[in-house]
Amino acid sequence: MDNPIIVDYLPIFMLLLVALFFALLLPALSLLLGPKRSPKNAAPHKYIAYESGMAAIGEAQRRLPVKFYRIAVLFILFDVDIILLVPWAVTFRNLGFYGLAVMGVFMFLFILGDVWVWKKGILEWE
Amino acid sequence: MQIDPIELLVRALDLTILAYLREQFAEQPTALLIVNIVIVLTLATVPLLMVFVVGWTERKVLARMQDRIGPNRVGGRYGVLQMVADVVKMMTKEVIIPAGADRWAYLSAPVLAVMTSVLLFAVLPLAPAVIGVDLNVAVFYVLAISSVSVVAILLAGWGSNNKYALLGAFRSVAQLVSYEVPMILSILVPILLARSMSTIGLVEAQNIPFIVFVPVAALIFFVSSLAETGRSPFDLLEAESEIVAGFHTEYTGMYFGLFMAGEYIAIMFMCALFSTAFLGGYRFFGLEELTTTIMGYPFFVGNLIGAAALFIKSAIIFFIFMWLRGTLPRFRIDQLLNFNWKFMVPFSLVLLFTVAVLDKLIFVWFPDITDGGRALIHLASNLLIAAATIEILRRRIQRQRRALEPAVVAEATPDLEHAHAH
Repeated sequence: MDNPIIVDYLPIFMLLLVALFFALLLPALSLLLGPKRSPKNAAPHKYIAYESGMAAIGEAQRRLPVKFYRIAVLFILFDVDIILLVPWAVTFRNLGFYGLAVMGVFMFLFILGDVWVWKKGILEWE
Repeated sequence: MQIDPIELLVRALDLTILAYLREQFAEQPTALLIVNIVIVLTLATVPLLMVFVVGWTERKVLARMQDRIGPNRVGGRYGVLQMVADVVKMMTKEVIIPAGADRWAYLSAPVLAVMTSVLLFAVLPLAPAVIGVDLNVAVFYVLAISSVSVVAILLAGWGSNNKYALLGAFRSVAQLVSYEVPMILSILVPILLARSMSTIGLVEAQNIPFIVFVPVAALIFFVSSLAETGRSPFDLLEAESEIVAGFHTEYTGMYFGLFMAGEYIAIMFMCALFSTAFLGGYRFFGLEELTTTIMGYPFFVGNLIGAAALFIKSAIIFFIFMWLRGTLPRFRIDQLLNFNWKFMVPFSLVLLFTVAVLDKLIFVWFPDITDGGRALIHLASNLLIAAATIEILRRRIQRQRRALEPAVVAEATPDLEHAHAH
C-alpha cells in the first residue's frame, strides 16, 4: 500500500469495476423486464438490418472510402506530436529559453506539416 | 479506532467524509478498501442519476426555445419524471440483436461508452479538498479516458451490420479524433499558466479565472468540446436526415439508453471541465474557504459553496450548449473537418506558443508582477491575435468571393449604384 501509484490508481480501478457493474446491470434489467421472444417464431424480416424499409443488400462490413483512413492517419501523426507538448507545458518555465526555442521549432514544423497536408489535397473531401 | 457518529454526520454534510474516512482507516487496509468502494459507488451513481436532471432540463429548455412546452404530463405539470418514464420504457423493450451483427462488438460498445464517461468524474474537484483522486496528471487522464469513447462508437458501428450505422460511426470517429487535437492544444494553455496538470492545481492557480487571461483559448476549447461531445452544430453523429440515427441505429431498449446516458455524462463532465480549467472551478470570491463550527466540530461551509459554484458555472456552460443546439444548423462533414484542420489546429498552436513566449517574458522582465498585470498582458495579446485572425480571414474570404463570382459582382455593382442614386 506504500506505492503512491497504487494508492492513486486503486480508486480509479475500483471505479472502473463499479462503472462496469452499472453498465452491465442496466441492460441486464432490460433483458429481464423486456419481452422475451424466440427468434424462431419471429417474422423473417424482424432481424434484418434497417435500410429505410428496403431489403438489406449484402453485408454492411465492407470497404470504406479512403478519406476516413486519411483522417485517422492524420490524427495519429498529430496526436503523437501533441503528446510531446504536454510535459513541456508543465515544466517549460524551468527549461529556460532553450526549451522555448526548441519547442518553437517543433511547433513551426507541426504547422508546416499541417499546411503540407492541406496543400497536398489530403483534406479534399470529394 | 473510534468514529464519533456526530462527527461522521458533520463530515458527510460538508463533503469531507472521503478524506476523513481515509484518514481514520489508514491503518486498516480491509476497512480502507470498503470505504473506498462506498466512495466509488457514490462517485459512479451521482453522474448516472444526474442524467435524469440534465436530460429533463435539456428537453424542457430546448422546447421553450422552439416555442413548444416540452414534457408536461409525467410527474406534474412540468413533466419532471419524464426521463424516469423513458428509462422504464426502455427497460421494458425487447433487446434485438440484428442478423449478422458481431455480437461481442455490438453488446460491448454501449457498456464501454457509459464506463468511460463515468470514469472521468474521478478527477473532478467539487470543493477544495473534495475530489475522487487527486492525480498529478489529471488532465492527461481525462484526455486518455475520453479517447476510449471513440472505440465504443467504432465498435457499435462495425458490430451492427448496418450501413447507416457504419457510415455514422466512421463520420463520428473522423470528427472526434480531429477535434481532439485542438482540444488538447487549448487545454494546454491553462496547464501552461498554472504549471500543473492536476485539476486541483489548475483551480488553485486561478486567483483570476483563466478565461480573463486567455478568452480565445477558452473559446477554442469550448468549440472543440462541443465537437467532442457531438453537440450541435457538430451533431453529425445523429444527422437523422442522412444516416437515420448514426452509429446507434440498430440499438434497442436499455442498450440505446446506455449510449444516451454516456453522452449526457460526457456533456456534464465537459461543462465541469470547462468550469474547472477556465472559470475557476469551485472558487467563488474566496467564499470556498469559509469554516464554521457545528457541535464542536469544524464544519467547512466553503465546500458546499464551492460545489454550488462549480454546479452553477457548469450549468451556465450547459445552457450555452443547449442554446447553440436550439440556434445553429448542422455542419457538413467536409466543412467540419476543414474547419478543424485548416483553422482550429494551426490557430490553437500559434495561440499556445504565443502564450508560452509571453508568459516566459513576463516573468523575466517583471519578476514580481501581480496576477492582475499578468492577466492584462495575456488578455491584450489574446485579443490582438483574435483581431488579426479575423482580419486575415475576412480578406481571404473577400478574395475567394471575388475570384468565384467576378461576373456576378460586375453585374450587381452598377445596379446597386443606380438604386443608391435614387
